Amino acid sequence: MSGLSSGFGVWNPIAWALLFVGILVVSFIVRSFGNKGYKRGTGQTKVFLSGNDEPETSNGLHVRGDHLYWGMIDGLSAYYRRVKAWHTGILSDYAAWFVGVLGLVFVILVLAR
Amino acid sequence: MNIGNLPFIVAALLVVLGLYTFLFKRNLIKLVIGITLIETGVNLFLVTLGYRTGGISPIYTFAPEAQQMVLPTPQALTLTSIVIGLATTALLLSFAVFVHRHYGTLDVRKVKELKG
Amino acid sequence: MTALTLHAPILLVALPLLGAFATPLVGKLGKGARNTLIGLIVLAVAGLAAMLAIDVFGSGGIPTVYELGGGTFTFPLSGGQVPVRILFEVDGMSAFMGLITALIALTGAFFSFSYWKERSGGNLYFSLFLMLIAGVFGMVLTGDMFNFFVFLEITSIAAASMVGFRVWLKQSQEAGFKVMAMYTLSGLFVLLAIGLLYGQYGHLNIAVLARSIQGSLTDMVALGLLLTGLAMKAGAVPMHMWAPDAYGEAPAPMSAVLVVNSQASLYGLFRILFTLFGASISTGTVGWILIVLALLTIFVGVTMALIQSDLKRLVAFGAVSQIGYMLLGVGVGMAVIATRPEYGLVAMQGGIFHMINDAACVGLLFFASGVVIRAAGTRDLNQMGGLGHRMKWTSIFFAIGAVALAGVPPFNGFASKFLIYEAAFKLNPFLAVLAVLSSIMLLAVFVKAFQAAFLGPRSNTSAHVSDPSLGMMLPMAALVLVVIVFGLFPGFFVDHIVTPAAKALWLGRDAYINAVLGG
Repeated sequence: MSGLSSGFGVWNPIAWALLFVGILVVSFIVRSFGNKGYKRGTGQTKVFLSGNDEPETSNGLHVRGDHLYWGMIDGLSAYYRRVKAWHTGILSDYAAWFVGVLGLVFVILVLAR
Repeated sequence: MNIGNLPFIVAALLVVLGLYTFLFKRNLIKLVIGITLIETGVNLFLVTLGYRTGGISPIYTFAPEAQQMVLPTPQALTLTSIVIGLATTALLLSFAVFVHRHYGTLDVRKVKELKG
Repeated sequence: MTALTLHAPILLVALPLLGAFATPLVGKLGKGARNTLIGLIVLAVAGLAAMLAIDVFGSGGIPTVYELGGGTFTFPLSGGQVPVRILFEVDGMSAFMGLITALIALTGAFFSFSYWKERSGGNLYFSLFLMLIAGVFGMVLTGDMFNFFVFLEITSIAAASMVGFRVWLKQSQEAGFKVMAMYTLSGLFVLLAIGLLYGQYGHLNIAVLARSIQGSLTDMVALGLLLTGLAMKAGAVPMHMWAPDAYGEAPAPMSAVLVVNSQASLYGLFRILFTLFGASISTGTVGWILIVLALLTIFVGVTMALIQSDLKRLVAFGAVSQIGYMLLGVGVGMAVIATRPEYGLVAMQGGIFHMINDAACVGLLFFASGVVIRAAGTRDLNQMGGLGHRMKWTSIFFAIGAVALAGVPPFNGFASKFLIYEAAFKLNPFLAVLAVLSSIMLLAVFVKAFQAAFLGPRSNTSAHVSDPSLGMMLPMAALVLVVIVFGLFPGFFVDHIVTPAAKALWLGRDAYINAVLGG
């Protein structure tokens, strides 16, 4: 299994997987040097909020779909405002894009001849 | 009578008219008519490709001797294309009926719930 | 067995077509009879595609020419033979596409048996499914331009009907109309181009056209029409806007077959560019047109996917973005084919390998999202949550499909993207940078989908869900197996399956012509 060669490098997933397993084994050994008194579900795992109590949420907090990447979407909002406006959903606009690209391709092909 | 390149010009004109109808009209049925116009233009173009000046129909039975025949292959292509056009137009129109049933309108600028 | 291999090209089209028309009749005998018929047909199709692939790959890149009727093929026509001159010509790339179609047809059919079990209209569903499969096989196996157009239209009609299949849903009818209109428009422009080529050279056979073609102005017009029409049907930005509507509104197993349909149009584009036009056009310009389209597709596809709140539309934009990677790989190959450096072949291998990887991963994702939507009762990502507690296997399959598509080692997506990155970097570093960044953003997109659907606390609505039945889990597991096996042994698959396909496009133009015209 010599792997996949791209002419510049070799990708050997078996070697990668063995390395990954090796790193997992090493990290497990390092973990076993740690504190053996760790117990889940007791006061050790509670969030520390400067000694205050954690506020109660009824069901646990779940960040819903659209809120997960709002920072990135907000940062790209200038781009999104324009590109989302292009996706109008009107069929005539779909055909207009098609005809536009067709014209552009014609011009490029005839000029390059 | 020499008609020259006129059929090709008419075919191109039909395609351009069909594209104009598809791009600038608002009623869904008019969009389907636009597609039908483009299809008619392409079919006319295909049939015209086979024409030979002074040619007769490509049928061997009772054919006069030493006469040039028009090409039969484009005629076969056009028949296939007409049948395909029939199927696509029927499907487009049935979708238009369902769209009207659900949306209450046939205006393509209002049928745009799938956007963004 | 050799007789079966000889007739395999036409059987691959005829069997599903026969099944499509027989399904409503057999369905009157009951569901079991219909499912048995469909199962037998897709198994036979998969076997035939495998036999054809072994035959073509084993013969060292010589295309197989099949004449209707299976007689020995002579050119020109000797006296007394029936002059049906529509040829099927199967070379490495066609056999490869046949394998992809067979894989998705097999898994899609078996998934549909369970997915569409309690619904009505199953007869028509499977009939359209088989018609789409027949059309796709026809597109990839044919050696004749007008035959290609006929099968293109067959797939258009079947695909659009599948998109608008659920007539009680408002948005699927809108999507069906849009898809049918765009497909018909592109089909008509393709027919116009075929008419132009026929009028210029008097032939419709791809090999004969390839020998006689010169790069005149009419040919350039035809090339422009074919390029844009087929790229639109594949879903290249900025003509891609029908694709999220289509993939999002079709029933879940059918979205996977629609992706294969788009890949078949991509195959048509490659066949026309590399084999029909070949060296008669300025390959640098056309290659760069493909690269620009590819970059736009990759970037706009993945950024639009990030803001979707509908699960299937999100996966659909992801699928659109992956088409860009295939275009990028083959576009880099075309841009440099004049001088034929080594990295051109590597780029084509990457692009073509990505076709099968994308079909498997996106198929898996669409199946899993179908299961998720059915379990959660809603398509909106903002209202799902906590499904991972009860649906462990589905969440694992979704996660594997997602990270594989995003190009995370050791799965198959990384193997094909690795080839594309390396070769594109050699041509222009910016291409590779954009491709890598978009892969990372695709991972972000699927993290969003996974988090919204599977993670989170248990909710009242997700209390009664469970993993779907075995009939839906086994096809997904089969695709996961493909993802893992292709990922762990990429060298084997690239050497035996992808390189013959890439070489058939890169070097095989003369072999393609000589198979028909005899040297």
